[in-house]
Amino acid sequence: MKVYEKSPSFYEVFERKSGPAKEATHYCPGCGHGNVHKMIAEALEDMNLTPRTVFVSPVGCSVFAYYYFDCGNTQAAHGRAPAVATGVKRANPNSIVISYQGDGDLAAIGTAETIHAANRGENITVFFINNAIYGMTGGQMAPTTLIGQRSATTPRGRIEHVHGNPIRVCEMLATLPAPTYIERVAVGNSKHVMKMRKAIRKALKIQSEGRGYSFVEILSPCPTGWKMDPTVSRDWMVDEMTKVFPLGVFKDESENVDEGTWDRVYKPFDTGQVNEYLDRLKTSMTEGEPIVLKENLHCKFAGFGGQGILTLGLFLSQIGMRAGQQVSWFPAYGPEMRGGTANCSVNLSNARIGSPLVDKPNVLVVMNQPSLDAFEHAVPDGGLIIADSTIVASQPDSKRLRVVMIPASKIADEVGTPKIANVVVLGALAAATGAFSPEYCMETLRSVIKKKNLIEMNMEAFRRGYDFVKNQ
Amino acid sequence: MSNSAAVEAPSMEVNPELCKGCQLCVGVCPKSVIAISEMLNSASYHPAFYTGEDCTGCGLCFYACPEPGAIRVVKP
Repeated sequence: MKVYEKSPSFYEVFERKSGPAKEATHYCPGCGHGNVHKMIAEALEDMNLTPRTVFVSPVGCSVFAYYYFDCGNTQAAHGRAPAVATGVKRANPNSIVISYQGDGDLAAIGTAETIHAANRGENITVFFINNAIYGMTGGQMAPTTLIGQRSATTPRGRIEHVHGNPIRVCEMLATLPAPTYIERVAVGNSKHVMKMRKAIRKALKIQSEGRGYSFVEILSPCPTGWKMDPTVSRDWMVDEMTKVFPLGVFKDESENVDEGTWDRVYKPFDTGQVNEYLDRLKTSMTEGEPIVLKENLHCKFAGFGGQGILTLGLFLSQIGMRAGQQVSWFPAYGPEMRGGTANCSVNLSNARIGSPLVDKPNVLVVMNQPSLDAFEHAVPDGGLIIADSTIVASQPDSKRLRVVMIPASKIADEVGTPKIANVVVLGALAAATGAFSPEYCMETLRSVIKKKNLIEMNMEAFRRGYDFVKNQ
Repeated sequence: MSNSAAVEAPSMEVNPELCKGCQLCVGVCPKSVIAISEMLNSASYHPAFYTGEDCTGCGLCFYACPEPGAIRVVKP
């Protein structure tokens, strides 16, 4: 006995779907998505793949595919489904990953992801639903809209010299060496549908055998977007769309590649290797007692670009990292390499850091006047402000805050170059917070400063900044 | 959904609540044994129904139908 009925690869009831009718899809009457969904579900069930399948829904009408398929589901940002699918597949090589995408998603915003996933020969399956239109958003022109086809944004029809030509994705991808299988089918008459069924199964089989990237383009009607009856839309699709998008196999290497050829060997993340690398940077100072911060540091460093503000943040992060603290460094700067404004947020904490942003810094370093004006009010009472008094003219509120005015640029100039004012400030910061010993900081600087001939100058700059605060 | 144990002849059935009245099944049926009902379902669609005779159980209507659960075909 043969029974044709709803596949068990679908949820029995679509609980995730809002509103009533929890057993019906959200698709319009006559929409091709339902047909393709049914074929995929049936194939997964028959091939016993459902338990290890991860279905990546795109943006578009099929964004809610996770309502329906009783397998792993995730939803990707617009066009990024092949990238997400790549990640899923590589992290779980045994999974069957389906990237299900429409033409707006795949051939417009996701063109890059599509081409590069194909070019890498990712062992995933892409089902490309081409309905020649942006269906979900109201029938705008898509990259695949036919010449002369009317849409919400081409009311007089798509014009070649204005809008370009419809993109034939199968033909394009077939020029790449990596893909294993590329075919175009259609949700047309019964013959077409049976061919589609075969293509879907073949694509999934290729993936399950590790034979590589499989891509099935499925021409599919959008009766609502096309403003046609469901039956008329299928006829129109078969008559008109197939002229521009001929059906057929564009590439099939499945017989020529061995099973497992495109399986990517799974190497678990080796923390030991990373630690070994980081340990190489460690100084002898880290061998001693672990350093515990009396108070977590939430720092904001601000000034002009070129003053070494971001580097200052990096130095402090390095010191904290070597001391075994949790650290974060978060820069914010304009496109200018010099002269623009720059700031960075640095957290040093004994506990894990939730956010790298620092809204209320308990340590604020300002190396120009606008930065003081911008951030002084954000420092909570009792917080520390270190200002380069060579440049910053006004005095911060010393009743409310601990204020260190240090002529950092002038000191740096005396040491050798005004460029190392940031290191003078670092010395002042170490002294004012007492978080780390000067020896510890200087050892760290020694190992992270790249230009070795500048190390001694930096050591002196640090020492001068440190002593300036200590001697106050 | 009924699941009668002893089905003699091939048959198809439509769940009238899940049918959206797109009529695709009507068009593909080689025996023309599917029709559209006068009644409206709760989503205001005229659902398809099996006229009751001559179904061969070919399954074409099942594959033409976009709804996962609207059509069930039994071929003994």
